[in-house]
Amino acid sequence: MSTETMSIFSPKLAARFDALVEKYPARRSALIPMLLYAQDEIGYLSDAVIDEVASRIGITPLDVRNVASYYSMLRFKPAGRYNVQVCTNISCMLRGGYDIFDHLQHKLGIGHKGVTADGVFSLEEVECIGVCCWAPAIQVNYDFHDDLTNDKVDEVISSYRAKANGESTHA
Amino acid sequence: MPKLVSHPDEVKVISKRFGMGATNIDRYIELGGYESTQKALAQGPEWIISEMKASGLRGRGGAGFPTGLKWSFVPKQAPKPKYVLVNGDESEPGTCKDHLIFLHDPHAVIEGTIIAGLAIGAKTGFIYLRGEYRYLLEIMEKAVADAYAKGFLGKNIFGTDTEFQVITQTGAGAYEVGEESALMESLEGKRGVPRIKPPFPAVVGLYGGPTVINNAETIAAVPHIIGMGGPAYAALGSERNGGTRLFGISGHVERPGIYELPMGYNLHKMIYDVAGGIRGGRKLKAVVPGGSSTPVLLPSEIETLGMDFDQVGKAGSMLGSGGVVVLDDQTCIVEFALRTIKFYQHESCGWCIPCREGTDWLKKSLTRFHAGFGTMKDIDNIQYLAENMMGRTFCPLGDAAAMPTIGFVKKFRKEFEDHLDGKPCPFAKHLEVALV
Repeated sequence: MSTETMSIFSPKLAARFDALVEKYPARRSALIPMLLYAQDEIGYLSDAVIDEVASRIGITPLDVRNVASYYSMLRFKPAGRYNVQVCTNISCMLRGGYDIFDHLQHKLGIGHKGVTADGVFSLEEVECIGVCCWAPAIQVNYDFHDDLTNDKVDEVISSYRAKANGESTHA
Repeated sequence: MPKLVSHPDEVKVISKRFGMGATNIDRYIELGGYESTQKALAQGPEWIISEMKASGLRGRGGAGFPTGLKWSFVPKQAPKPKYVLVNGDESEPGTCKDHLIFLHDPHAVIEGTIIAGLAIGAKTGFIYLRGEYRYLLEIMEKAVADAYAKGFLGKNIFGTDTEFQVITQTGAGAYEVGEESALMESLEGKRGVPRIKPPFPAVVGLYGGPTVINNAETIAAVPHIIGMGGPAYAALGSERNGGTRLFGISGHVERPGIYELPMGYNLHKMIYDVAGGIRGGRKLKAVVPGGSSTPVLLPSEIETLGMDFDQVGKAGSMLGSGGVVVLDDQTCIVEFALRTIKFYQHESCGWCIPCREGTDWLKKSLTRFHAGFGTMKDIDNIQYLAENMMGRTFCPLGDAAAMPTIGFVKKFRKEFEDHLDGKPCPFAKHLEVALV
């Protein structure tokens, strides 16, 4: 039974949130996962997302913003459908992380935190993503792609482009 | 998918089930899984702690604190519930060992969590994974659900009257949260700002209750220790450094990867034999032995160096997270130092002024320096700044930023001087993109 009569989330996610707030010894512990899962569905932390999450936890929207602004994965603006995150930290840098990042900037025609005009891709230079021994690596949304070269990056991007085209034809 | 590697010198304890389908609970049981938990249940808390003390296991997150001793600090009687908290916020650059544990052996983490709970008298354990590890969180969540279904978790685990619950949690991107007090803050739904100590988590931790916080690799070692016995595990390693560890070798080597080697294994051999030597037949310039926060070592310092907490400490660095980052002779140390400090500047939570301001000034100085606009005085200033951050912050992030910087300046001063007076970087590379 949802505590929110008018949820902005899908029924499935709303039900998941109903369970999530009961999962921990304190309701507030659900805050960070809830924000991340809400972002996965809505695309970013809109005012409506923040308001509903605040009311579900029982804290103020300002408190939610204060916490959300701390975490690098949480964003207040939309990203592309596929958010391409390029690690340039030491282990990736030593094996060409910056070359991959430069290549992607040219290929997608956008810079750090940019979004392509069609909204399909966004690009981000990120800190270590925990794939150091298989560097250089990128993460597209939550999927890792490791041991990359520029050619492999092209294949990865093409596969997401095809996926995006498929999704828009079916829509 | 991260590639698994192997080498004849490996002693596979934690990694023995990697690549064997052990994410499936029945397969895990077939491979001897959950026997240690039952043994621990039968033997009781005092026996568990004595085995853990005998094992010589030291915290694999980086601090190297003896695990058995840590557990013994938790008071037997406490007014609030006690907790076990597994730190899987793996974020130290150069470190990706927990990635493989969650991917291949999630039930070992669950077992370790239960055993830690039995040892300290906790009824709840939390397993916290960094937000980027979503697919690993899903593997962990499936494993937890399967363990509940078998009755290995819940009100009456293994048919006894002992209760143990496991709750998984995701982060959302923050290196700082790997520090234990910041981790607790994050799990409580707050900004990951560290708490001042004392009180220590063993007395006042999560939700105010006594809490034991262990790195995921430490926890994954626990069922093996209980299975083979503390002394047998200790015998695998070196003096006062029990067992094996997952060393992650990255950077300019022929065969990067995660290798499980005995504590005290020679670093030179690790690079030249295990990881196949320097890529493309180049020469070794430097090694960062235990994740980006550990001071750099020169080739002359690794010849006879055994990789355990005490020996690396004696050599002026730290074993840290076991992430060995190898730099060849074409690497610009100024650029490497700059990339390292950029990370810490980005991750500093801003709570303590020496860290917030120090990392920012270091980044600015090094950026200018690497661009060729540095002066001789800057070299001393960089070192002075870094030295004044040491020990002046709530949590170790300030030290983690300062220590490697001091190391780079001290050991590669000549290379800093080669960047002076508008001279282009001798390695003709430049770091143009600034992280916001």
